[in-house]
Amino acid sequence: MKSLSGIPARLLLRKVPKGAEVYLAVAGAVLLVTVISLTFLAPYIAPYNPIIEVGPALQPPSSQYPLGTDHLGRDVYSRVLYGAIVALEVSAISVLLSSIVGTVLGLFSGYSGGKMDRVFSMVMDSVYAFPGLILAIAIAAMMGPGLVNMSIAIAVVYIPTYFRMIRGQVLQTREQLYVEAARALGAKNSTILFRYIFANIMPSLVVVLSLNVADAILTEAGLSYLGLGIPPPTPDWGFDLSKGKSYLPGGYWWMITFPGIMILIVVLGFSLLGEGLNEILSPRLRER
Amino acid sequence: MIFILLSIIFLVLRVMPGDPVLAMLGDKAPMSQIQEMRHRLGIDRPLYVQFFDYLFNLLRGNLGNSLIWGRRPIAVEILEHFPATLELTIGSMIVMLLVGVFTGAQSAYRRDSPTDYGLRTFGILIYSIPIFWFGMVLQLIFGVYLKWLPIAGRIDPFLTPRGITGLYTIDSLLAGNILSFVSTIQHLILPSLTLGLVLSGIFTRLTRVNMLDILRQDFVAAARARGLKETTVLYKYALRNAFIPILTMIGLQFALLLAGAVLTETTFSWPGMGSYLIERISYRDFPAIQGAVVFFAALVAAVSVAVDMIYAYLDPRIRY
Repeated sequence: MKSLSGIPARLLLRKVPKGAEVYLAVAGAVLLVTVISLTFLAPYIAPYNPIIEVGPALQPPSSQYPLGTDHLGRDVYSRVLYGAIVALEVSAISVLLSSIVGTVLGLFSGYSGGKMDRVFSMVMDSVYAFPGLILAIAIAAMMGPGLVNMSIAIAVVYIPTYFRMIRGQVLQTREQLYVEAARALGAKNSTILFRYIFANIMPSLVVVLSLNVADAILTEAGLSYLGLGIPPPTPDWGFDLSKGKSYLPGGYWWMITFPGIMILIVVLGFSLLGEGLNEILSPRLRER
Repeated sequence: MIFILLSIIFLVLRVMPGDPVLAMLGDKAPMSQIQEMRHRLGIDRPLYVQFFDYLFNLLRGNLGNSLIWGRRPIAVEILEHFPATLELTIGSMIVMLLVGVFTGAQSAYRRDSPTDYGLRTFGILIYSIPIFWFGMVLQLIFGVYLKWLPIAGRIDPFLTPRGITGLYTIDSLLAGNILSFVSTIQHLILPSLTLGLVLSGIFTRLTRVNMLDILRQDFVAAARARGLKETTVLYKYALRNAFIPILTMIGLQFALLLAGAVLTETTFSWPGMGSYLIERISYRDFPAIQGAVVFFAALVAAVSVAVDMIYAYLDPRIRY
């Protein structure tokens, strides 16, 4: 558990929580480490180049093509391995973007209050209420395909998630005695905001981050499934699934099964990690 | 809220990088042609003029005209596609509530037992499944291999009922046409299962948390002390009281339901709003895209108002 950077060690060591929660987090972490190492190892362990024809089309899984070949005779196993790269890249960029923008806006909006806070909250609440995927679809459709465009489209959708969470926490923390004490001692606003308030929000942020990556991967897969993602021939799970769909009535099950399972594993990994961390980091919830 | 959403959508669609005219005509189109297209779409005017123009038209129910296929009014096109989406969302909601509430109640009742852990894992697992992939797996199993159910469309095209509501289930019953009713239900099962099951995970967890709170309360103990059957206590006493927060969640999850409907509709070639949106994106029919997105926004707002009203009705302590 040492590798969980960003979480103060004392939070993990304070009291070892019993129960399924720890196993959840560990299971999630194991799944993720496996998939992420596969991503880095893809160039070495993939048997074929994922974007060129390596054999006859639509071959079922065999010893030569472990997961079969697709409609263009490309190796499904290699494409599935390389597909992790796009999914993880896009979700990392978008989550980074939205968490930074959302956190900064949430911190300042919550701390300063007043009119600005009201306007920001109203806008963020409206975006939050709107179906995220549909907003991402609209933005992605306007901006055109591509890795960065897709990341931005997804990032916009999740900014309110961070904003609302951070703002709520700031409002709570702002009234705490230790913050008042710091203010009485003459600490600067920026010091209070970052050293006192933000430091105490960090654990919640980590949980939301982890759950958000899971969501972002699903959204990325959805967008590329709808043809709004990375242009072909780059291996991408969502896009490969949409191609596999056309061949589904023919019973070519291997084209859809494996990219789908990969998405499921990655999303599950982040969800489990987030759930586990949530229960570990917020002891109040554990009493339920 | 709807006004803010409208403004945001408008801004996003107009200010975001990416020029609809260039996208429609291609990079190499002559400048004169681009100018003319801009003028025809009215997007060469100042932004605020466009915005108020759009708003006023919207108030009159005018969403503008489509750019393709005879330039029909977008409002009409949307009304043609909406019943399909409504039918799908209602079907999914039934699946979602039945599965979610039942598993959640069981999970709370058998707290910390293997059943509880199993059902909670199910909740996380099902929520991690990409909805369109789940749909394809169901199609593969029940449509391609077992050949039990159709995998595309709303109804056998020869059996389409004529009707007023556009909801084929109701229309076919009104017309007394059992064959088309059966066909509609057959087509509805897989998409509803797909969307409903994936979203039921949230309700499993939500019902569980609320039931845990309620099961600890005195009136539950009192009901048990009176010797009522456990199922009566669980479903008639506890669940009824846990239902109010669940209902609010339905309102909040409606957005998720719509987003899921877009993916489900694409997977099952279901001719609803989602398919409409995606189809128009591929034709770069920008007024239609905007109209569809605005319609989704209005729908979300309407549902949240409706849920508030039901909430006030169910819980007499709340008055607006």
